[in-house]
Amino acid sequence: MVPPAHFTSYYGRPVLKAAPWTHDIPAYLFLGGLAAGSSLLAAGGDLTGRPVMRRTGRLAALTALTGSFVALVHDLGRPDRFYNMLRVAKPTSPMSVGTWVLSAYGPFAGVAAAGELPGFGWLRPLGRPAGLVAAAVAPAVASYTAVLLADTATPAWHEAHRELPFLFVGSAAAAAGGLQLALSPAAETGPAQRLAVAGAVLELAAEHRMEQSMGIAAETLHEGRAGQWMRTARALTTTGAVAGLGARRSRVLAILAGGALLAGSVCTRFGVFEAGQESARDPRFTVVPQRERLAARG
Amino acid sequence: MTTNPAVDAGWADPPPRKGFFTDTSVCIGCKACEVACKEWNAVPDDGMNFLGSSYDNSGELGGSTWRHVKFIEQPPVDLGMPSTTLPGSEGTKTDFRWLMSSDVCKHCTHAACLDVCPTGALFRTEFGTVVVQEDVCNGCGYCVPACPFGVIDKRIGEGVKNEGLAQKCTLCYDRLQDGLTPACAKACPTESIQFGDLDELRERAAQRVDQLHGAGVPQARLYGEDPDDGVGGLGAFFLLLDEPEVYGLPPDPVVTTRDLPRMWKRAGLAAATLLAGAIAVFGAGS
Repeated sequence: MVPPAHFTSYYGRPVLKAAPWTHDIPAYLFLGGLAAGSSLLAAGGDLTGRPVMRRTGRLAALTALTGSFVALVHDLGRPDRFYNMLRVAKPTSPMSVGTWVLSAYGPFAGVAAAGELPGFGWLRPLGRPAGLVAAAVAPAVASYTAVLLADTATPAWHEAHRELPFLFVGSAAAAAGGLQLALSPAAETGPAQRLAVAGAVLELAAEHRMEQSMGIAAETLHEGRAGQWMRTARALTTTGAVAGLGARRSRVLAILAGGALLAGSVCTRFGVFEAGQESARDPRFTVVPQRERLAARG
Repeated sequence: MTTNPAVDAGWADPPPRKGFFTDTSVCIGCKACEVACKEWNAVPDDGMNFLGSSYDNSGELGGSTWRHVKFIEQPPVDLGMPSTTLPGSEGTKTDFRWLMSSDVCKHCTHAACLDVCPTGALFRTEFGTVVVQEDVCNGCGYCVPACPFGVIDKRIGEGVKNEGLAQKCTLCYDRLQDGLTPACAKACPTESIQFGDLDELRERAAQRVDQLHGAGVPQARLYGEDPDDGVGGLGAFFLLLDEPEVYGLPPDPVVTTRDLPRMWKRAGLAAATLLAGAIAVFGAGS
């Protein structure tokens, strides 16, 4: 099938509207992933007698979760009405599903972390059960955000719907593992090292595959600001994964790996976000694939 | 027989589905619809702009532009077929063709904006239309990238009414409840914008296309009248004289939530991968 030699548009104007979201949203994508991965490592650390990993994970989860909440509410047109999210539960709305997933996750992650803080010792006995519930919900926290983006008409997000959840959970694992490498003692970071490296590999592999399957919208991952974010993300994540392999033998490598993986995860989220916005602004990414679809149907 | 989305939304015994049929072949670009819409719905100004795109200075549908008249200037195309003059006519051809079209929210049968709204602010009315409840919307903006037509948007402007909330055409919900015609259709001097029961509008539109084809306008085609298209057909559909993208419309729109079950499945798989991975890394030694 031959794609059209040219495409027409109305004065080059977009057919779609780009999401009216600020950088609060990619920041949240990163923080939510970091919180989720940290809760998983904290629960594992708790059950396997790694007290520093447990404490670091729980506190990181609470900090990232607090940042997420601030970013999400700040991005609303009417922040004072944020609680209207709790009026309904709609499986057709990934944002509604996400609201309820975070509502299930937040209090337990919060209780688990509070028990680690001075003055909240009385919450300590609840730390393990709360931490385990948070860890059970955490994978949903890390992966639903992919559907949040993909369930739009934005070409570079929707066309990435097969791989985006894997990209995002990989990015979450790399970030959380990286943070533990940088902050916890080498004696405890074996699992974090493995999660960080595996997460980084999954992130890189999913991104590569995504580019093959999303049609011309993949161009937005290479060009402009999104392209810069994605190239930086790949370099940082690769560096972090390689450095991560030696992280338990060298403190310097551990901090380097952790920093690179965290920064790589940030860049991935901003890159995917910007690619989507660009794909919505250029009518070519809307019209050409739809024309091809029509031609294929005959 | 077409499905009635009002019934799917839980309305018992709703009135017939209402909609617009916009016949762009008789649009004269007067913008009475834009003005009437603004007046009736108290929509604030959308900027004093000069866009340099023919007579179009409102640019696109948005939070404060609920009707938008498009002006397309095309160079003459001679395909050896009758196009801009009557068959057999010896009259002079103009040096360009002017297409005009009044665009509006499509009130889709399967509306992505409504599907993804996390507060329930967007709802399906008894008339089968899609309306934002301005006292419920918290301006999350999710409906904006969900719309396959780029219609709905957050209203911008310091201190304007409903600033930051998602806004779009309501098909004059208040007027419909009182048995009145929406303001734009009422104001249209050429009946380019026709309001009525959707089933009847579809019949009327089919006749109009046949009439135009018979009159030597083979480019005339309907857009969004097919209940089997990717959005289940439009509540506000069009008669166009060129390809949809010439008018800034997507040629094959699909409601994004059609793929949602598949997306949730992939997300579930990814979540399970993360959980399994996290367990595995602790099982593999120190």
